[in-house]
Amino acid sequence: MKWPALGYLRASSLDELWRALGDGAQILAGGQTLLATLAFRLSEPGTLVDITRIPELRGISVTGGVLRVGALTRHAELGRDALVARHAPLLTQAVPHIAHPAIRNRGTIGGSLAYADPAAELPACAVALDATLVLAREGGERRVKATDFFTGLLTTALEPGEIIAAVEFPLAGPSQRAVILEVARRSGDYAMAGLAAVLDLGADGRVTAPRLTFFGVGDGPVLATRANAALEGRALDAAAIAAAQAALDADLDPPADLHGPPAMKRHLCRVLLGRALQSLTPATEQAA
Amino acid sequence: MNEIPTPASIGLSREDLPNSYIGRSVPRPSLPKLVQGRATYTDDVVLPRMLHAAFLRSPHAHARILAIRIEAALAVPGVVRVFTGADLAKVCDPWVAVLDHLKGMKSAPQHPLPLDRATWQGEAVVAVLADTRAAAEDGVAAIEVDWDPLPAQTDMETALDAGTVVIHPELGDNLVFTRTATKGDVDAAFAAAHKVVEATFVTGRHTGVTLEPRSIIADYNRADGMLTVHQATQAPHMMQNVFAKHLRLEESQVRVICKDVGGSFGIKVHVYPDEVAVAAMARVLGRPVKFIADRFESFASDIHARDHRIKARMAVNADGTIIGFDVDDLTGIGPYSVYPRTSAMEGNQVVNLVGGPYDFAHYRCTTRVVLQNKAPTCQYRAVGHPIATAVTEGLVEMAARELGMDALDLRRRNMIRDDAYPFTSPPGMRFEGLSHHASLDKLLEMVPVARIRADQAEQRAIGVHRGLGFAAFIELTNPSPFMYGIGGARISAQDGCTVRMDPDGSVVASSGVTEQGQGTEAILAQIVAHGVGVPVERVKIITGDTLNTPYGGGTWACRGAGIGGEAALQSALALKAQILEVAGAMLQAAPESLDIVMGHITDRASGAQRMSLHELGRIVYFRGDTLPRDLPRELVQTRHFITKEYPFAFTNGIQACWAEVDTDTGMVKLLEHWVVEDCGRVVNPLLVDEQVRGGVVQGLGGALYEHCVYDERGNLLTTTMADYLVPMSAEMPDIHVGHVETPTKESLLGAKGAGEAGTAGAPGALMNAINDALAPLGARVLEQPFTPARILAALGRI
Amino acid sequence: MMITLTVNGERVTRHVEPRRHLIDFLRLDLGLTGSHAGCEHGVCGACTVRVDGEIVRGCLVLAASLDGAEVTTIEGLTDSGEVADLQDQFVARNAAQCGFCTPGMVMAAADILAHHADADRAAIREHLAGNYCRCTGYQAIVEAVAATLSERAIHTSADAGRGDRTREARR
Repeated sequence: MKWPALGYLRASSLDELWRALGDGAQILAGGQTLLATLAFRLSEPGTLVDITRIPELRGISVTGGVLRVGALTRHAELGRDALVARHAPLLTQAVPHIAHPAIRNRGTIGGSLAYADPAAELPACAVALDATLVLAREGGERRVKATDFFTGLLTTALEPGEIIAAVEFPLAGPSQRAVILEVARRSGDYAMAGLAAVLDLGADGRVTAPRLTFFGVGDGPVLATRANAALEGRALDAAAIAAAQAALDADLDPPADLHGPPAMKRHLCRVLLGRALQSLTPATEQAA
Repeated sequence: MNEIPTPASIGLSREDLPNSYIGRSVPRPSLPKLVQGRATYTDDVVLPRMLHAAFLRSPHAHARILAIRIEAALAVPGVVRVFTGADLAKVCDPWVAVLDHLKGMKSAPQHPLPLDRATWQGEAVVAVLADTRAAAEDGVAAIEVDWDPLPAQTDMETALDAGTVVIHPELGDNLVFTRTATKGDVDAAFAAAHKVVEATFVTGRHTGVTLEPRSIIADYNRADGMLTVHQATQAPHMMQNVFAKHLRLEESQVRVICKDVGGSFGIKVHVYPDEVAVAAMARVLGRPVKFIADRFESFASDIHARDHRIKARMAVNADGTIIGFDVDDLTGIGPYSVYPRTSAMEGNQVVNLVGGPYDFAHYRCTTRVVLQNKAPTCQYRAVGHPIATAVTEGLVEMAARELGMDALDLRRRNMIRDDAYPFTSPPGMRFEGLSHHASLDKLLEMVPVARIRADQAEQRAIGVHRGLGFAAFIELTNPSPFMYGIGGARISAQDGCTVRMDPDGSVVASSGVTEQGQGTEAILAQIVAHGVGVPVERVKIITGDTLNTPYGGGTWACRGAGIGGEAALQSALALKAQILEVAGAMLQAAPESLDIVMGHITDRASGAQRMSLHELGRIVYFRGDTLPRDLPRELVQTRHFITKEYPFAFTNGIQACWAEVDTDTGMVKLLEHWVVEDCGRVVNPLLVDEQVRGGVVQGLGGALYEHCVYDERGNLLTTTMADYLVPMSAEMPDIHVGHVETPTKESLLGAKGAGEAGTAGAPGALMNAINDALAPLGARVLEQPFTPARILAALGRI
Repeated sequence: MMITLTVNGERVTRHVEPRRHLIDFLRLDLGLTGSHAGCEHGVCGACTVRVDGEIVRGCLVLAASLDGAEVTTIEGLTDSGEVADLQDQFVARNAAQCGFCTPGMVMAAADILAHHADADRAAIREHLAGNYCRCTGYQAIVEAVAATLSERAIHTSADAGRGDRTREARR
């Protein structure tokens, strides 16, 4: 369908943005989700406020001990950025899973997090990496942990008049291990089930601070707290993996969807957990 | 017959016969415009005063329309007019889609827009015309309809039960058509058989998803009384008749123009109520109306297909001899049979095609075709073939497994012998000449079976499950009037071609078959160039215009090359004879001593060039005074062709699929695919090969991904391309194509159809590959699409 | 609202409704009908065009947001000669049937030529995985791209040290 009638404003600075954000205004960043949904004519979009030319929302830097990724960073930029590859390699791994090149050239990290699709990769990565979202509003900003940002199906902690300005990722230390795996029907599809797994693997071979985060299996990214607890402090061996798999079931409450019943998603999560941890297991353990 | 000289047939190289184009991989002349974005699809056509249509579509699977309030829509800026079913009924007569030869078939009258009841979700109910499509959609959003939702009939298994919702009460029940074919004594033979294998197969309802959606512009000009319709269609002459008949015009008052078409696959060969509504509205308003379906409308209102449940049994002897098949097919077709080809054909084809490659004695196959409150189904690429093939070949591999036989040995034992033709199959299909054994031999030259089996064993040892599956099939092409005409439909089985030579020696051919992207125009150009004796670049082809092409059926059921191609060849040869007669008079030589080679009159014996066609054209057209007074000099010839001996030209083939099943995730990875098909004379291998590959991918799509999913209340859940999954490049395998050529003797050209072979065999081959991979784990899947959920369930993993 | 942008190297100024997406703007306002609307919800890839040098889905871009942008469509890409060799390979290998996906496919394939000269067949399939073709089995398309890449690689190495060569010279 053709898009319904809508208004369009471009903000060239944050000041202009605050002036433009009134009743019925929606933020337009990369537009790869918002504009696709307009074709369904499910809602009156009101006025779209284009933020893509606001310089403060751009840029990738390491400042204050964190990797700061501007909200307008496009997926393609994220995927080829050297700082990202060095300090948050999970994100570099995640980008090829996101849709297709033409979408990655437009879609932004801020847009992906704000839309909060439960099957999207970047929200899960943000949770897995324990990222902090910088939320700006007129006259100030606040920081919210990714874990607290996603509040339900397509809902977030964003208040009216607030936007995502940037995402801050802790710098990956030398002992960080990260992997993203998903089962999608076709390349670029939203995953039937996905896992962003981040943990520290000490020199003693023990796991600390595991953050297994599943996506496509709930109403947002699912941090598998019980599975994580089952792994904490253990050597990453078959028994630990089995323990995490056993604990995982209680972390999940997946809905049925067109691909299959909840039982399938639970099963796929167990498989992904096993494969992800197997891939992070030191070679000597794998041989054993 | 079949004595057209090709280089091979007379022992010459291509260089010796430079304008021998039949059998040659000539690039399509129309491709440069496609790769440069210079094609003209219907949506690219803009006419003065053109209005745009959008439709309010039923949100309910079944509901009474109590009231329609249009005032708010009329107030929307840009909206010009709103039409309801009652408005259009004044100018357009309803249709009933039945065919006389399908005994006992029934369906209800259908209007362009329903009068008082919507019977599927997505049925067009109200039309809004505006000066842009966006404004028309705004108008649709402003319409209010009072609906009285009714219970919906959505489960075909209960469609015939007592007390079920009867969708059209005047029909008495939901049974549209049933037919049983029998041969021999199935009950006795099965009772005495060594082994009976039995299974229930399900093929998922899916749809065509042509990338160009359905597109039409209708323009009624009161000044000359002509309705001109630009339409993406496979059958312009059929549509001419339909528009004339139902809008109360003479056929001569309707012109259908079909420029470039963005894919059809059967989707664009049917009469869609919303498209008839567009023509009716143009008739009323006397100005052009455009309708381009959007993708959501496509999913809800393009025809669907393949919604079948098939219970099937096959009996075999201990030595692997097939004794017979016993099949019960049930299919749900939506609330109306689709006009004018009817929705009974697919079930009917299942009855005709099960067991197709094999010689056996006992057969019983019943199809029952029932109504549902879902989108109508009708003929879609390889009508019924992938269903019949999957059932037959699924049973064959099951039987082989049970008997401990190699499935290829079992096939070879039972395939109709290559020297057994003519042959009549148990359901009564007459085969002129097939090549099952030669095709299997050819396939085994291509598929490294021993290496694959070794790899399979090696991989199994490390927990990787790969499978190799085969599927032999027959395909029905070149239909005669026995398909539709005999049933009373004005759908032409013959086709014509007019070929003329212009003064510069170039040739123009106009044909009744149409181009949808498969390369019809390219092969017609090759055939005409070959027949007349000119370089292919000197041939221009006209198709897709009822005012400017000979009357014909269009392109469907794989008839473009076989029927349209033969008409082109015969008219080209007639033109050549005509040219030679004129040349003989000019050169004072006997016409039979002359030939035409690459645009020149030559001496047949020596090959010496005598005169260019350019010079001949100059004299004929501008200095006719110098020619003998009584010499016929019409450098134009028309020939029509229709098959005569056989109702259909059957073809055959066999496919192999090599796939890997991830038994933890249920995902299937396609590793490699092979096809051997026999479409008779191959006019252009380049075109046939990629068309076969496209057909395979379409078949694989249906087997792995594509599914129109409805909930129990008749709501379509797969309404976007994010939910209805089509095959994309990353997952598709490399596909190897080989050919065996058994030309039909019905024509000089000898071509049969090729377009549906890929789709016919691929789902069965993939199913067998998956089940070969799963066999050691005691699992199998028979319900398409073979989704991860179904595979995991079969494995007992969920 | 008024926008001024560069389309296929020509500056155009037009009034656009905010609700117009880029593909309708190109097709309806500029008559550039080579780009096609296949799904209008960002999935099929038929509307693939370049904005500021990168491929995008034209149906997921507001025309109104493109003031000052540089847009290249199949018409402009063709006129520039940038992918003449690729287009020749499409023709030679019958990598198009109905042609409705083809302009978008060529735009996406041009992206491979421009950015991923070392792509193998699997990478080509992956890069084109967002462009739906219902007619071909994708194989001819993959082969056309692969053949173009390898021909360019041969010419690039042959040309090394021989100074600048125009793209036309590659043909």
